[in-house]
Amino acid sequence: MNGQPMFHPFARVMHWLMATMILAMLFIGAGMVSTVSEKHQWLVGIHKPLGAAVFVLALVRLGFRLTHPAPPLPADLPLWQKLAAHASHWLLYALMLAMPLIGWGMLSAGGYPVTLGGGIQLPSILPANPALFAWLRESHRYLAWLFFLTFLAHMGAALMHGLIRRDGVLRSMTVARRD
Amino acid sequence: MHDPSSKRRPPHALWRWALIGVAMAGSAAAFGYVGGWLAPGRLTPNSLVDALQANGGDHPGYRRNHAKGICVAGHFESSGLLAPYSSSPLFQPGNTPLVGRLAIPGGNPYAPDSSAPIRSFALRFDLPDGEQWRTGMNAMPVFPVSTPEAFYELQLASHPLPDTGKPDPERMKAFFTTHPETTAFLAWVKTAHPSASYATETYNSLNAFYLRDAGGQRHAVRWRVEPEGAIPAASGPAAGDTDYLAADLRQRLGAGPLRWKLVMTLAGPGDPVDDAASVWPDGRQEVVAGTVVIDGEQAQDSGPCRDVNYDPTVLPRGIEVSGDPLLAARSAAYAESYLRRTSEEGHLPGTESPKEAAR
Ligand code: HEM
Ligand code: HEM
Ligand code: HEM
Repeated sequence: MNGQPMFHPFARVMHWLMATMILAMLFIGAGMVSTVSEKHQWLVGIHKPLGAAVFVLALVRLGFRLTHPAPPLPADLPLWQKLAAHASHWLLYALMLAMPLIGWGMLSAGGYPVTLGGGIQLPSILPANPALFAWLRESHRYLAWLFFLTFLAHMGAALMHGLIRRDGVLRSMTVARRD
Repeated sequence: MHDPSSKRRPPHALWRWALIGVAMAGSAAAFGYVGGWLAPGRLTPNSLVDALQANGGDHPGYRRNHAKGICVAGHFESSGLLAPYSSSPLFQPGNTPLVGRLAIPGGNPYAPDSSAPIRSFALRFDLPDGEQWRTGMNAMPVFPVSTPEAFYELQLASHPLPDTGKPDPERMKAFFTTHPETTAFLAWVKTAHPSASYATETYNSLNAFYLRDAGGQRHAVRWRVEPEGAIPAASGPAAGDTDYLAADLRQRLGAGPLRWKLVMTLAGPGDPVDDAASVWPDGRQEVVAGTVVIDGEQAQDSGPCRDVNYDPTVLPRGIEVSGDPLLAARSAAYAESYLRRTSEEGHLPGTESPKEAAR
């Protein structure tokens, strides 16, 4: 069937690449603050450059998305589910941009040098301020949890489309059926 | 194929729902495990800092260890002699500004200065290109323990008893007998006395690090800052004076800057690079990297050192962490302590505010 609506291949590649990176970021973040072993050190060393890469890719992806509309959801999908789908997608985009910015901002506010390894250092984007640091550091944590919960719902919904409704939505983000 | 959306009832619907449930629950459980909520036995930064806080008491806004101290400011005069060993511009001849803190260990900011025979010196060097070097040093030749786990157990063992306000001697003894790595520390601490001045002390990095030279070679080192020249001893505190260290420092700075040599000790073959509880033998090659000059002080509640986390893993290019397991633990625990005290400083909901009057 040729009319099967699909995301642009670039959007699909970006989706799965970034899904992997972001999931890794959530697990690395949660893991590194829960251990005092050497893992803390090397996880922090991965967390910062990988997070910065997520930010750059998210900008590219969002730019692409704004010029390349997504395929429509099935017409018979209940309105609330359509709304939930759109809201959660924009929430995911917002978090992809907000999380790295908050990470960068909180290190700046904490007076830390924002090093990404390999001698790369980002400029400070906020003045050193303890209250600002604490607010951003706590936001980084709670928004990460929100990110994870949104991901869970998103994955549940995608699997529901693919396994229960079998309406082509999951396929639109994977590979087209060859028939 | 037909229009897929017309297939309302997939075969084995129950199994399909179960699969979705398993995927979601599995992901949540994995996250919970990695995050430590489902792994209660793991030593976390939180539990380490809780143990310190339980010993020092609740003092909102203050560091959870080395809570009592004073901010100092000055600069580092590099001799250039370390440049062959480290590529950091810090060690080229020249001056670099620094923000420091002199303190005593323990989580109580009101503890008498004589409460511990140890003083500490923390430094943050601010390099021109925005890089920083942070180090926290203790005036002791060797650390009691080698691992974060042992440090944690030591905190539990030294929890003050409610009636005496002192640790249970039996528990302490039990800790030391089951931790033979504490031998060198115990031998030293028997002879140690609380000094009457910060100025007369030599402060040690204890943990080892690597310098990396311009050719990419690494050199294992420990460092210390030691008073330059002969420093007159303090007259000793008046009876009942419990805050003599800050007063002595102010008085000395009134007469002129204080100077400490920054000495790097290069490890010999076989010297442990991952064990702060073992001493390196005498006679190792030493390089005087320069002089730390302190010319000002400020109370810690308003001074520039207040909002600094002297995380020993904040290093410029040319200095790197070693495999010492205490370093990662310090980084993780200092971050937790820093978050607690900045949250209190910033009056975040659910935190106790610093007691303004007492500060
Ligand atoms: C997609 C982007 C990101 C995600 C999903 C993410 C996620 C997380 C998570 C889950 C935590 C643990 C929070 C907690 O439970 O307390 C964390 C902590 C942290 N993140 Fe991120 N993060 C991101 C980007 C960044 C970036 C770009 C930086 C810095 C450049 C950064 C720096 C940090 C730091 C410094 C910590 C705390 C480490 C500590 O307190 O020891 N993060 N992050
Ligand atoms: C952290 C991981 C993930 C993130 C951040 C993420 C993010 C997103 C975003 C932002 C969109 C909207 C695309 C757009 O309209 O421009 C999307 C769509 C989609 N995602 Fe994910 N995703 C993740 C993981 C997953 C997983 C694990 C699955 C499948 C099991 C999945 C399946 C889908 C599907 C099927 C769509 C298309 C929905 C539609 O047609 O409206 N995603 N994802
Ligand atoms: C696992 C072992 C250790 C733990 C858990 C630990 C914990 C802490 C904590 C929580 C603080 C307060 C940090 C802040 O709020 O800014 C602190 C301060 C300090 N620690 Fe440690 N510490 C450890 C080992 C060491 C070692 C080996 C040294 C050796 C030199 C050391 C020297 C210092 C110094 C000098 C300070 C005061 C820094 C300042 O003035 O701000 N610590 N420690």
